[in-house]
Amino acid sequence: MNILNLFRRGSSAPVARERLQILLSHERVAGSQPDLLAILQAEILATITRQITVERENVRVRIDRGATVSTLEIDVEIPHPPIQALPRLLEMPARERSKLAANL
Amino acid sequence: MAKVLVVTSGKGGVGKTTSTAALGAALAQAGQKVAVVDFDVGLRNLDLVMGAERRVVFDLINITQGVAKLSQALIRDKRLESLYLLPASQTRDKDALTEQGVAGVIKELRGQFDWVICDSPAGIERGATLAMRFADVAVIVTNPEVSSVRDSDRIIGLLDSKTEMAEKGEQIEKHLLITRYDARRAQRGDMLSIDDVLEILSTPLLGIIPESQEVLRASNVGSPVTLCNAASAPARAYLDAARRLKGELVPMNVPTEHQPLFGRLFGRRAA
Repeated sequence: MNILNLFRRGSSAPVARERLQILLSHERVAGSQPDLLAILQAEILATITRQITVERENVRVRIDRGATVSTLEIDVEIPHPPIQALPRLLEMPARERSKLAANL
Repeated sequence: MAKVLVVTSGKGGVGKTTSTAALGAALAQAGQKVAVVDFDVGLRNLDLVMGAERRVVFDLINITQGVAKLSQALIRDKRLESLYLLPASQTRDKDALTEQGVAGVIKELRGQFDWVICDSPAGIERGATLAMRFADVAVIVTNPEVSSVRDSDRIIGLLDSKTEMAEKGEQIEKHLLITRYDARRAQRGDMLSIDDVLEILSTPLLGIIPESQEVLRASNVGSPVTLCNAASAPARAYLDAARRLKGELVPMNVPTEHQPLFGRLFGRRAA
């Protein structure tokens, strides 16, 4: 069994090396801007709550760092009424829109 | 001219205290006057690894607060005349350390020793930042393992920004000490290789300390490994590293445990 495992399993050091290189290249950049994700989350939340009432914990910001491309994933959970209200909201003048949003 | 050296890593358990004791003893064995200083306030262990745990009277914080003089707190090693230990406090917490207090102690030590070796606590908080604050040279202890390498990268960032030298716009001299290295596992591809670690951290290599039971044996009996068994593989690696710290050119190799005698002799001659 052990021998079989040895053959089946590739060496793990190259995986460790690649994961570290990707992670550290991002962390070194992030060093100058300590909490990019927290800032993004706060600003995205602020933008959304100007139009829709959402709970803070229903806005999730995730980042997946790849060697060449990274993706930023924003996941907003919106309660039912605002979805129906959304098209109407967008047609309204800004002042009324925010008044309505505050009441939702 | 005294050199202040910090032994640091970020991650705990990688061998900072073992390396501090071994490098301190190795430098003293080479005739240098050395003080090893424990910065791990509340969790001191350098005294235990050095075998001086029953001789501690005063500590680093007593000096910074003026309770004791430096000469009263320094413990002279029983085996090496030129090796001294300044223990950390076991009862206080790390907030008792102040930058001003540490600056004063380091300044005084600089006047009396060739080498002042600061054993940093794990982490990146007050104890660790104060241990590196006034250093001229840093030895970053790293295991060939992902979490240790990542933490070392973080520590290198701090060395380049938070030390007094960095703030003056100068470069702190940095060296990487790879510990617990298992050549066979690295060869099988199951452990990060030396080249991998060096490439990722882009810091010059000071030495490679092989994984060895001699390290545990040495700490069990309270003796730096270079004194406990100077012919053992880790001891030879630390002795070579100490020579490199002094500026000597010593070829880099990984000492192995079961080398035949003639092989060892040739290896020595090559060095």
